[in-house]
Amino acid sequence: MLAKRIIPCLDVDAGRVVKGTNFIDTKDAGDPIELGKKYDEQGADELVFLDITASHEKRDIVVDMVRRVAKEIFIPFTVGGGLDSVDAIENILKSGADKVSINTAAVKDPGLVKEASDYFGSQCIVVAVDAKRAGNGWEVYIHGGRTPTGIDALAWMRQMQEMGAGEILLTSMDCDGTKTGYDIDLLYKTSEQLSIPVIASGGAGTLESIYDALAKGNADAALAASIFHYGTYTVKDVKSYLADRGIEVRS
Amino acid sequence: MFKRSANIRQCPEHQRGVGVIGIIDYGAGNIASVKNALEFIGEKTKIITTKDDIRSADSIVFPGVGSFGAMVDNIKNRHMFEPLYDEINSGKPYLGICLGLQLLFDGSDENPDHSGFCIFPGTAKKFTQGKIPQIGWNLIEPATPEIEGGWAYYVNSYHIKESSATFATSDYYGSFVAAVRKDNIVAFQFHPEKSGPYGLSLLKWWTKCLQKE
Repeated sequence: MLAKRIIPCLDVDAGRVVKGTNFIDTKDAGDPIELGKKYDEQGADELVFLDITASHEKRDIVVDMVRRVAKEIFIPFTVGGGLDSVDAIENILKSGADKVSINTAAVKDPGLVKEASDYFGSQCIVVAVDAKRAGNGWEVYIHGGRTPTGIDALAWMRQMQEMGAGEILLTSMDCDGTKTGYDIDLLYKTSEQLSIPVIASGGAGTLESIYDALAKGNADAALAASIFHYGTYTVKDVKSYLADRGIEVRS
Repeated sequence: MFKRSANIRQCPEHQRGVGVIGIIDYGAGNIASVKNALEFIGEKTKIITTKDDIRSADSIVFPGVGSFGAMVDNIKNRHMFEPLYDEINSGKPYLGICLGLQLLFDGSDENPDHSGFCIFPGTAKKFTQGKIPQIGWNLIEPATPEIEGGWAYYVNSYHIKESSATFATSDYYGSFVAAVRKDNIVAFQFHPEKSGPYGLSLLKWWTKCLQKE
């Protein structure tokens, strides 16, 4: 059976990791390759690089980073942030990324997801969804969580699956950064309704919260940033905890 | 033990090593990962795109991605289908990855009108249970002591259920073929180039096979 995946996420600005400079034994904690290798050694199953570079002129730096990561790290990695055309996606994939994640651009032009998955295959198209509780459901937000769209999150994710998304990276905005745990209800309902893998994001604080996302929320993978960056836990800590509680992880 | 083609025997430098590994590019996928991984373990590689490249390569890696039919169409359009089949049949070392494994069989339910190389009997079937595609890490259980078991990264919707050439299996709501091996042919359904140190160790094992004899 497939192992549940643990995925560290690195925020990258103009080629430099902007969070998580607390790694004691890395030479250059701002270097995405150094940090990526560190996580790889700890047993990370995949990596996500989220490009938060605001200026378009510096976008080439990301392509260079992708090339370097691909030459030195041999686990799958996803690159997201500002990818809004088939050309932009192709550029990243050809540089060696295994997957891209699309967020705001998918809402603005859902056809992009279809076009990209038809062209490159569903397996490399991850649709990232930022969802916030609204009434009895959840609403999709874009622009890094700043803009509400009025779109129902569950319906949106079903639509994205139909259009060829290979995976959903689901961030609960209510939980993101709170360390109070993932939104289990949202995860459970999403996993129930979709046949593609769901990656839980937003809220990882304790080992138990990760266990809950996988065991109770039925997520296929858990993504976390700060608990790894600030050294609260290593990927290895998370995996031994999960294994002890009967969750299958890659050892 | 791998058979060697006449080509390889004629070339003295290959008595010492595996020579240059040709990686087939048929315009569909991310071949950079395979190239990076082979170079990381110290091998020389060459991207090959024509039938002449296929004939002159010392060994061939075929990372197949996308749909089965599109892959077959692509290599046919590039006039590589028959030359590749001939080279494999004549004993040139071949490493198939993902669809590069399925290509060795009769075909795939994904595109029943397209035929594979029919070197091994069997047809790739779609998984019927669980999330599809199978995306993630699954355990490799070797059928022989030649390789060790470990976790490998998969991305596939179709699989070969069983084969007389089975070299390793995995389980996804039932056992399926993870790897095949016969004479000069080795193929993995998973992605060794994305399977961390374990995957790199399998690629090293393959290059050691090339050096034997």
